Amino acid sequence: MKIAIPVDDTKTQVCVAFGRAPYFLFCDTQAGTEELLENPAAQDQGGAGLKAAQFVVDNGADTLVTVRCGENAAQVMQAAEIKIFKSEGSDAKQNADACKEEKLAPLTHFHAGFHGGV
Amino acid sequence: MKIAVLSGKGGAGKTFAAVNLAAAAGKGVYIDCDVEEPNGRLFFKPEQLQSKPVQVCIPEFDPEKCTGCRKCVDFCRFNALVYLKNKPRVFPEVCHSCGGCALVCPEGAVFETARPVGVVEEGRYRGLSVITGVLNLGEASGVPVIQAALRTGFEKEGPVFIDCPPGSACSVMESVEKADYCLLVAEPTAFGLHNLEMVQELAELMKKPCGIVVNKMDAPYEPLEEFCRQKAIPVLARIPYSPETAELCALGKIAAEEDPEMKKLFTGLLQKIGGQMQ
Repeated sequence: MKIAIPVDDTKTQVCVAFGRAPYFLFCDTQAGTEELLENPAAQDQGGAGLKAAQFVVDNGADTLVTVRCGENAAQVMQAAEIKIFKSEGSDAKQNADACKEEKLAPLTHFHAGFHGGV
Repeated sequence: MKIAVLSGKGGAGKTFAAVNLAAAAGKGVYIDCDVEEPNGRLFFKPEQLQSKPVQVCIPEFDPEKCTGCRKCVDFCRFNALVYLKNKPRVFPEVCHSCGGCALVCPEGAVFETARPVGVVEEGRYRGLSVITGVLNLGEASGVPVIQAALRTGFEKEGPVFIDCPPGSACSVMESVEKADYCLLVAEPTAFGLHNLEMVQELAELMKKPCGIVVNKMDAPYEPLEEFCRQKAIPVLARIPYSPETAELCALGKIAAEEDPEMKKLFTGLLQKIGGQMQ
């Protein structure tokens, strides 16, 4: 199991945003490794959710733990067969542990984009 | 002469000003670029109506030719492409139809297909051409329909009156880009001033000369007057707050054709803009 979690500037807390989270924490539960990577989509002008989703896919994650997720990114996750769970509490690593122990509920509500005029 | 009528918020009186200005001119073209809710046609009720579809191109991918180099995905600045399960996939609402993905593909695996996003209606009202951009429900971007409406309108003779969408985002910039003059419609309130400041900044950025119409005015709002003085923007007209005018609008009537005072006001406004342009 490889879990991806959006992380804010503290580098330890779950970020409320998905597409524009500054970092992603990747936890490989088999290998027992953790990696904090910069999100290449964080500063993009548009389509950040899609690019962040691509980043999660490209890093080989099979599970995403997040506060929220947009419709487009959710479509990517679905197509890539990545499961999405709702985070609980703010600590990213605790969320990874909770996810591993199957204590998190699946995220079922996906929001439309927070876009202004396109 | 192309006059764009804009305001930072909805309901300030853009359509009212644009429709009445065009009616006062009696000739030329009225182009409704407020494609999400084009209301100018409710006043003009244009005849000999013709409608043509507006389409945008979106990419499709030839799986035989695609080698998975991802150049198209990396190129897309809008992030409309995602590479999944060994093939690129497009998110049509995010795509801006720039065609860049087809250009950068070294294998010629990207081809474009048309997708309808709206229509442009064209009709007549007395001496005026009335052009209306109508965006399909659920579409994210009105820009292609605005471009098509403007193209259609610019082919006609005479002065052009562009009724812009509200706000100061991309769709407004698109509507204003080819205009010679910006008429900013504002309400004399704190909120009205806030929105006026946004469109004024846009007009300044785009280096357009502009003038202001204060609409629904019961009394002067000093901060707005001060703003106009500071920016040296002329207040070309003050339209009084009037239940009679509101009623005419609610009935779908053109105030400048029903009320002699309004006719005088809009004819004068037209002349002042003409004077400003020289």
